[in-house]
Amino acid sequence: MKMSRILAAVAAGVMLATSQAALAATEIQWWHAMGGNLGETVDQLAAQFNASQSDYKVVPVFKGSYTETLTAAIAAFRARQNAHPHIVQVFEVGTATMMAAKGATYPVHQLMADANEPFDPKAYIGPVYGYYATTDGKLLSMPFNSSTPVFYWNKEMFQKAGLDPNKGPRSWQDVGEMGKKLVASGAKCGFTPQWQTWTLIENFGAWHNLPYATGENGFASTDIELKFNDTARVTLIQALSDWSKEKVFVYGGREGKSTAMFTGGDCGMHIGSSASAAAIEKALGAEKVGTTMMPVWGDTKPQNSIIGGATLWALQGKPKEEYKGVAKFFTFLSRGDVQAKWHQETGYVPITASAEGITAQAGFYQKFPGRDIAIKQLQLNAPTINSKGLRIGNFVQIRDVVDEELEAVWAGQKTAQQALDTAVSRGNKLLKDFQAAN
Amino acid sequence: MKRAIFNDRLLPYLLLGPQLIVTLVFFIWPSGEAIWQSMLLEDAFGGSSRFVWFRNFERLFDDEGYWASFETTAIFSIAVATIGLALALLLATTADRSLRGAGAYRSLLIWPYAVAPAVAGVLWGFLFNPGAGLLPYYLNLMGVAWNHQINGNQALLLVIAAACWNQVSYNFVFFLAGLQSIPRALIEAAAIDGAGPGRRFWSIVFPLLAPTGFFLLVVNIIYAFFGTFGIIDALTKGGPARSTEILVYKVYSDGFRGQDFGGSAAQSAILMGIVVVLTVVQFRFIERRIHY
Repeated sequence: MKMSRILAAVAAGVMLATSQAALAATEIQWWHAMGGNLGETVDQLAAQFNASQSDYKVVPVFKGSYTETLTAAIAAFRARQNAHPHIVQVFEVGTATMMAAKGATYPVHQLMADANEPFDPKAYIGPVYGYYATTDGKLLSMPFNSSTPVFYWNKEMFQKAGLDPNKGPRSWQDVGEMGKKLVASGAKCGFTPQWQTWTLIENFGAWHNLPYATGENGFASTDIELKFNDTARVTLIQALSDWSKEKVFVYGGREGKSTAMFTGGDCGMHIGSSASAAAIEKALGAEKVGTTMMPVWGDTKPQNSIIGGATLWALQGKPKEEYKGVAKFFTFLSRGDVQAKWHQETGYVPITASAEGITAQAGFYQKFPGRDIAIKQLQLNAPTINSKGLRIGNFVQIRDVVDEELEAVWAGQKTAQQALDTAVSRGNKLLKDFQAAN
Repeated sequence: MKRAIFNDRLLPYLLLGPQLIVTLVFFIWPSGEAIWQSMLLEDAFGGSSRFVWFRNFERLFDDEGYWASFETTAIFSIAVATIGLALALLLATTADRSLRGAGAYRSLLIWPYAVAPAVAGVLWGFLFNPGAGLLPYYLNLMGVAWNHQINGNQALLLVIAAACWNQVSYNFVFFLAGLQSIPRALIEAAAIDGAGPGRRFWSIVFPLLAPTGFFLLVVNIIYAFFGTFGIIDALTKGGPARSTEILVYKVYSDGFRGQDFGGSAAQSAILMGIVVVLTVVQFRFIERRIHY
């Protein structure tokens, strides 16, 4: 008897304690994929938000890589035990998957309206906003970490090769010439790109105003076909393949693996994410790194580059009042000072124009020249239907296919034309599958 | 009397119960789910779900990549099983002698098994990193341009080597135990009769080791099919150009990278079938030739 009374008392106490905690602050779960230094900045952002008000408490949880985070959220949602997070960070290639998941996601524009939270689409930088908005300009997910590829070169190696250390290449032809001189001066490799599908195929297309797929790159329709086997891209890939014989171009692996070859001093030139800037400057010494815009083919006029990175999606199925907290947190993340801190500490581009202004006024770009290239590149011209972004179903697998086919070119098994033609036809099959499943 | 009969009927079920429940919960139920899911076509979050009969299977058999994965799996598992077994047998026969420090050799040979497959993958990745690795440097000096990030054959060779290295210790322990249980008298009698070391091995040791060898063959094939996932994920992620994508890795990459749950479930169903067939073949045809 005594025992059960004690138990009851304990149980009552626990319930009281938890209900008090619930009264104190509603917890907002945020699953993300930012490890290491980035994860620390994410924790700081959440702590800053939690300290700024007392109604909601954002709890950031690191869930591994982008794919692992997305898979974890999908599994939690499908289990229907209310264990899924309010907010999940999803990489840009998962956008079409998230959009197709009707009933699972809560579009940001609707969430903000339902929570009566003021929201001004014009405050955001065009190419960042546009990538995640519907064709009529309604925002689906909250831009968080966005980057764009920029061109890096090693000034010391340029000097050694008898090149002007303060002048990067303007065109791909320049890259070829400079690469030859670098190799002649003893460099192991001239040029290597990061994330080859993103930099050489997707961004090369936007930069030259060429479509990646029909239907406005998938923004206007889901019944689309891939178009990236055009003459311009075939010419570029073939040129790189020819250059690889003299080590002017060297393939360094998928995703960000090749950056080690640039920071290790093997390669003199690199195309990489603007978010790699801090790591590259740390490895080589900021004074040795030159940064400029991506090269163009011949004398083409560049359009604007597109972004990569991730956004925050709100998931359905939580009590209505909790979404007010999500809306408040999104407003907090869009604040100029918060974005400026995020931009300066990580190298990701700011998502609002005001954050860029704050950063410039603080003299950040004088101290770190080249860190403004990414934003300049994104805003070089008003985005066209070819340079607004990409919305492709089964995009993860399509990127794998493009990676595979490009690897076949680098291994000398296929010509650029054969590889890109096969990539397009294999990719179109995957698009058909996606259409059938959704 | 009646009670006793009642008890007799219930008791076997009671005794079997725990085992049956474990089988049901951890095997039959998930397998059933997988088969059910292999006939569904749905979006990632399971919002729209349609029953499509065997369309996911048709889609698979139309996919060249799937057939290529079969070929890769066949080459990979045969290589891992034969090389792993042959090497372990060689090591075991050489270690099964009264040498000075034999105990130390044996312990050292057992060590690799303590390394988790994913860690083994990372270690081999360091050793063979085309940019910074030690071995590619020497291979380059010998005129071999090593880059398993581009060259599919080299990548396959690398995962086979890493998988064998990881498994050889396990095989070694069993072979050594098998060798030590062979009566010395048999071998000594053969030696007195004038049989050389080769003859002694093939006529006496090898047949007596056959049960161990058969057990290891089954274990190694299963290891090559499933246990090598960590090595492949850490070393090549199935690349380059899918040249190291074995069936189980494709299940993972299509399901968890591509969110194609129907297609992935269909592949698991097929994989399940293959394992059943392999096990039946092994026990019906190979076991018959073995004398215990």
